Amino acid sequence: MALVQLLVHPFDPAEELARFTAAHPEAGGVVSFLGQVRAGGGVEALELRHYEPLTLPAMRDLAERVKARWDLDGLLVIHRSGEMAPGDPIVLVAAAARHRRDAFAAADFAMDHLKSESWFWKREKAAGAWRWVEPREEDFQDIARWQ
Amino acid sequence: MALKLLFLGRLEDLAGGGERSVPLAESIDAVLAGLDARLAEALRAPRVKVAVNGVLLRDRQAQALGDGDEIAFLPPVSGG
Repeated sequence: MALVQLLVHPFDPAEELARFTAAHPEAGGVVSFLGQVRAGGGVEALELRHYEPLTLPAMRDLAERVKARWDLDGLLVIHRSGEMAPGDPIVLVAAAARHRRDAFAAADFAMDHLKSESWFWKREKAAGAWRWVEPREEDFQDIARWQ
Repeated sequence: MALKLLFLGRLEDLAGGGERSVPLAESIDAVLAGLDARLAEALRAPRVKVAVNGVLLRDRQAQALGDGDEIAFLPPVSGG
């Protein structure tokens, strides 16, 4: 079972993770990744935009691919859209499995694909001006590891 | 008779807004021909994907357009 959410309001990763682990007592291990807005570099705010008809359906497809590839008890994918401040959570991925290697790999794969294939566009505000963030070459290299 | 164009990500800055309405045209090429040359060139880039009414196009030449269609131009993503 996979829980996939696209949120336009802040969320509490600790609370989400506690709920997820409580729902999967049969799992021997839970691996989670939290991405947050990086402080520093003069960044005052970060905004993620999405395209309603594509973004959530593609996140659900990704979750299905992850579940098909590894033996998981549960998968949690939460991604923010909208404006965020430094320190705010952006993305939370958690994989629950009987064996830890499946959980590590599933969370890693899900994050690499969320970063480079999901329908989100990011811009940063610094010194009062917004600037769109272009994809990084490293993100494409990260995703190539799985092919 | 009109089409709704959506410009995602940095294309919004180039287009001067996230969406605009244009007169109905029969193809994506015809829509682009009616736009400012610099914007049209950016929208023709192979890395810019096109969705019509929320469905990604595999072949943008083949798509016939109808009144009220929503055409979204999607530049390379930068998520997470």
